[in-house]
Amino acid sequence: MNNEQIKIAIADLLPSAIIEESSEWLTIHIESVDWLPLAEKLRNTAELYFDYLFCLTCVDWKSHLTMVYHLTSTFHRHTLVVKSKLDRDDARIETVTMIWRTAEFHEREVYELFGVNFLHHPDLRLLILPDGWEGKYPLRKDFEDPVNIIKL
Amino acid sequence: MYRETEIIKEPSGNDPVDSGDMIINIGPQHPATHGVLHLVITLNGETIKKVEPHLGYIHRSIEKMCESLSYRQFIYITSRMDYLSSHINNHGCALCVEKALQLEVPPRAQVVRVLMDELTRIASHTLWWGAMAMDVGALTPFFLAFREREMINDIMEETCGARLTMNYTVPGGVMVDLHPEFQRKVKDFIAHFKSKIDEYDELVTDNVIFKNRTVNVGLISKEDAISYGVTGPSARASGVSCDIRKLYPYAVYDKLQFEEIIETAGDSFARYVVRMKEMRQSLSIVEQLIDNIPEGDFQAKTKAVLKLPKGEFYTRVETARGEFGVYIVSEGGTTPYRIKFRSPGFSNLSALDHIARGSKIGDLVAIMGTLDFVIPDIDR
Repeated sequence: MNNEQIKIAIADLLPSAIIEESSEWLTIHIESVDWLPLAEKLRNTAELYFDYLFCLTCVDWKSHLTMVYHLTSTFHRHTLVVKSKLDRDDARIETVTMIWRTAEFHEREVYELFGVNFLHHPDLRLLILPDGWEGKYPLRKDFEDPVNIIKL
Repeated sequence: MYRETEIIKEPSGNDPVDSGDMIINIGPQHPATHGVLHLVITLNGETIKKVEPHLGYIHRSIEKMCESLSYRQFIYITSRMDYLSSHINNHGCALCVEKALQLEVPPRAQVVRVLMDELTRIASHTLWWGAMAMDVGALTPFFLAFREREMINDIMEETCGARLTMNYTVPGGVMVDLHPEFQRKVKDFIAHFKSKIDEYDELVTDNVIFKNRTVNVGLISKEDAISYGVTGPSARASGVSCDIRKLYPYAVYDKLQFEEIIETAGDSFARYVVRMKEMRQSLSIVEQLIDNIPEGDFQAKTKAVLKLPKGEFYTRVETARGEFGVYIVSEGGTTPYRIKFRSPGFSNLSALDHIARGSKIGDLVAIMGTLDFVIPDIDR
């Protein structure tokens, strides 16, 4: 499918999605509550078949957090970027571990570094950081650590 | 449409513990983990019920560090992630900066980069071959592998000034021109390695004991490999076509003749075979290029201070372990607003639990060996 066809398919699946084409790949902005049902459809619709989540990350925009999901289809070879704004003080979104298994580790990483709560995640614990780091999110922009961070 | 991977029924932290279960630790310091990786394994008799990786022993928060470094500086840190593919990591980062700046890289620099990439890949695979054979009980290959790897390291040292963390790539090209002796030395290496790689196959590949340890051990299906985000030789052994050099060619890969090695068995032996064949393909790429290095500049003219336009940029390259992605979010300044490195080892490790469940504890070493983990790449 080319971008035009994906755009039509997305508009069909989720009319409220905002479509943006300024970057390399087609990007859609969605509400966080729409993510899980949309993800299931993206994965399981034969014409879309986004079976490979190759990058899952988060960006701290100071006023809010943005989850960024890079999806591609190993069969159709098309790519889609899904973004969802999250509230900074109460960041939560449904997990997609059941749909793309690679999300399990990536979501744990985002949980500890950004403090995003992934609802219904099977094993949401610290992965990289040592015990006792809950509540401090190192990749957020307001994180201060006078001991370990040397400002250049 | 069906879902291939089984649904996780209950949180793995609360798995019912059988009275016959035993929990043992492998690592953080264990020869088979090739670094500081800590695995907590639940065993029933000799059978693995669960593998739980504990990471972070060499976490340096590279992504946070990059946020305060300029677009010239941050490339050097990426050598410290997958230190066996450091040149390829650098290449990926430079490509991302060049894509954002729409910078044209001179043909000479492109060819030199690919030459270095493939030499790096051979060096990484030879080290993996030696270490893998050592994991399953053969000590000799380790010394043979280091003999060949040493030649590549010497070539690197002469041209780049370093043997492991090369830092040879800069935005717009490479840092210095090739050493005058480069072509002769690489040709010597090609001639030497061609005879040795057959010896590798004779020594290990057809060995009955080695085959018993690896055939039908650590199976992963094609669908699961994709779902877990496994990439590189480990995924190609399960029949996934995922070579970035073929799918999304960068530098001069679209002009080269080489094959994407795909096996379908999905076991440890298939992963082994893919890497062995890849070494021959890399050697053939080096052979194609070594006499055809174009003359000209080795670096494009760039400003002293690089400023990326506002936006988001993503590039991916094929390292020795799989797909390495660089995601830069720029606010238009001289430092990145946010950088994400999609490291192949991290995703490959997430599949370890799935692959190892049901195997014997002794097989775990063979499984980990063929998945080829480099721990700094996982921890970042």
